[in-house]
Amino acid sequence: MELLPFVGLGMVATVLVLLLREERPELASLLSLAAGVMILLLLMDRIATVFNLLQQLAFRAQLDLLYLNTVLRIVAIAYIAQFGSQICRDAGESAIGGKIELAGKILIMFLAVPLMLVILDSVLQLLP
Amino acid sequence: MDFDLIFKIAGIGILISILNTVLHQAGKQEQAQMLTLAGVVIVLLMVVQLINQLFTAVRTVFRIY
Repeated sequence: MELLPFVGLGMVATVLVLLLREERPELASLLSLAAGVMILLLLMDRIATVFNLLQQLAFRAQLDLLYLNTVLRIVAIAYIAQFGSQICRDAGESAIGGKIELAGKILIMFLAVPLMLVILDSVLQLLP
Repeated sequence: MDFDLIFKIAGIGILISILNTVLHQAGKQEQAQMLTLAGVVIVLLMVVQLINQLFTAVRTVFRIY
């Protein structure tokens, strides 16, 4: 079972965070941050495999790699913004978490505008 | 992967809370405050290294250079 390390790490970290939360809330939130980063680091190999597969598929479909790279960047921004905002929310700072999410949304829109222009151009070419 | 870091952070937290109680009982509030600050800085250094590792991995996996 490949799931077991994640579940074990999460449960042990949860118990330790509960132990620390009353006495040292700042260390408890740092501990939960470390646990989250560790789980994401463990997942990175699998994510890399999935993305290599996606890239092979795009290559086979003769898609422009620029589009795929844009999509990958958007996925990365979404994951990391969600991670950071959840950490902030857990520590009770939902205002800062909301600002992180806003930054993620704006960066995603910034990356997606060129693709929207391409779509608009191709629609305009289809119209007589 | 090193799970040690989790136990290390939790150990530092428990140790610091115990030492904090002892220092408070001895009436040394300033030193207890300094101890808290030192603990937070040490743990923060370890966590920042871990976050740097994660961001490097994300950059390589998602091909952001």
